[in-house]
Amino acid sequence: MTPSDTVNAFLKSRWFYPLVFVACAMPLVLLLKEAIPVLVPAIWPDVTVPWSGDLGVNPVETMLHTTGRNALRLLLITLAVTPVRRFTGWNRVQLVRRTIGVWAFVYALCHFSIYVAFDQLGDVHAILDDVAKRRFIFVGMFAFVILLLLAITSTNGMIRRLGRRWQRLHRLVYAAAVAGAIHFVWGQKADIREPLIWFGILTVLLGIRVVWAVRKRRTRLAAAVSH
Amino acid sequence: MIIKIRKSSDARYSEVAPEATYASRREFMRSIAGTAAGVAAGLVVADRLMPGAFAAQAGLAPLSATKNAKYTAADKLNTFDQITTYNNYYEFGTDKDDPARYAGRLTVKPWSVKVDGMVKKPASYGVEDLVDFKALEERVYRHRCVERWSMVIPWIGVSLSQVINKVEPLPSAKFVEFTTLERPSEMLGQKVPVLQWPYVEALRMDEAMHPLAMMVVGLYGKVLPNQNGAPLRVHIPWKYGFKSGKSIVRLRFTDKQPATTWNISASNEYGFYANVNPTVPHPRWSQARELRLPGLFMNTPTQLFNGYADEVASLYTGMDLKKNY
Repeated sequence: MTPSDTVNAFLKSRWFYPLVFVACAMPLVLLLKEAIPVLVPAIWPDVTVPWSGDLGVNPVETMLHTTGRNALRLLLITLAVTPVRRFTGWNRVQLVRRTIGVWAFVYALCHFSIYVAFDQLGDVHAILDDVAKRRFIFVGMFAFVILLLLAITSTNGMIRRLGRRWQRLHRLVYAAAVAGAIHFVWGQKADIREPLIWFGILTVLLGIRVVWAVRKRRTRLAAAVSH
Repeated sequence: MIIKIRKSSDARYSEVAPEATYASRREFMRSIAGTAAGVAAGLVVADRLMPGAFAAQAGLAPLSATKNAKYTAADKLNTFDQITTYNNYYEFGTDKDDPARYAGRLTVKPWSVKVDGMVKKPASYGVEDLVDFKALEERVYRHRCVERWSMVIPWIGVSLSQVINKVEPLPSAKFVEFTTLERPSEMLGQKVPVLQWPYVEALRMDEAMHPLAMMVVGLYGKVLPNQNGAPLRVHIPWKYGFKSGKSIVRLRFTDKQPATTWNISASNEYGFYANVNPTVPHPRWSQARELRLPGLFMNTPTQLFNGYADEVASLYTGMDLKKNY
């Protein structure tokens, strides 16, 4: 049995999907473990939480960074699924693409909610003002709105109902990933080393698509000429 | 204005707020980052997974200082732990906990400060030559970062004007420039060109001579920890934190406005004056409100000149603060 067969055997096993699901959920679970003892008593002073948590000196900053990073990370992983499948022939990886995508949205939703609740105190006018005035916020919000749209239309029923339009709609994930990565860069004061690594990965993932599209077009043209 | 005058008979802060022990913070954050590796298999490269050994600061010598009754704690003081584990000090790394982690290896003795430019007594001075350790004061100042978080800190030091008077600047000097140490072998963050090294900040002479401007050598009854700018730094409480240069090795007096580090890095975000002002937004956020750490909500209204307007507003009479941000 080759190593590739071993991978394929694992992908076909009943462990594959639950393992991916748990891996996606784990960062959120770990964050909640730390956040609940910090947040709950701060919001409801009467409630006690039976375990302790530590989010550092600036808890909201910690939560924002953790959720934002994970949203972008999972988004890039969804974009890596198809290239991995085509390069390796491990077709079963396609099975988890949607799940990872929805998890990316879950982290983006947490990120957005923390910003709304703690940073903007739920003030809708302040948020709209922030979005209109600041490109850093605008581009993040743009990515979030796309992810929201894609998450809503991610159900089997929606896929059936939208038919061919579904695929066109879900190509917006590329825009969301680019916007998310730009949001990360624009959020930095000076040190953009980390966001640039993300950008590099994103560039490779998008570059692969461009190469595929060009090849496909050439093949089609060649076919048309030969007829 | 919320500066309350308190009697000097009040308890010392070190008695009120016991020094907290060091916790290995953010460990969990890195573990969270690492967990996604289960899915990412290799994408973890973006996370700087580092061992969490914080620089030991146990051996800080005590410093005795007289409480300055004018600047006592009207606001709740931040703990020693908070003040020394959440720092922007890019010379040691760009994460907030990098300074606490890596500043321990900085050698602060011996230390000399070069004084030059338009000054009567240019020379290389020791810290004790510039700061009169018999005249140390403890002052509780609000510290407002341009990133919107703020703390309340019991500094120990003297008025910057006392230091400047010792070296006798010439009347032609209009600005004083502060240069931070450049020593990449001990300041690992300087191995990366995220900012132009060495870090340079500057004040107009009248700002530097203002009694609020402070030369700091201590914190919470002890010698200044390295991550807070040991052995000597300035603190200018009405300006955003980045104006307050740390680990100073040079004071240069000049008649031309010096080029300052963050202003060189992004002039649209960080002006020369950098006075705390709720009506002048940063390009990426409003400055109208601030987050008083370790709080959760960005619900503390920012005060003009960080609440010190009564004392310093006259420095800027007739000046357009929106243009000169």
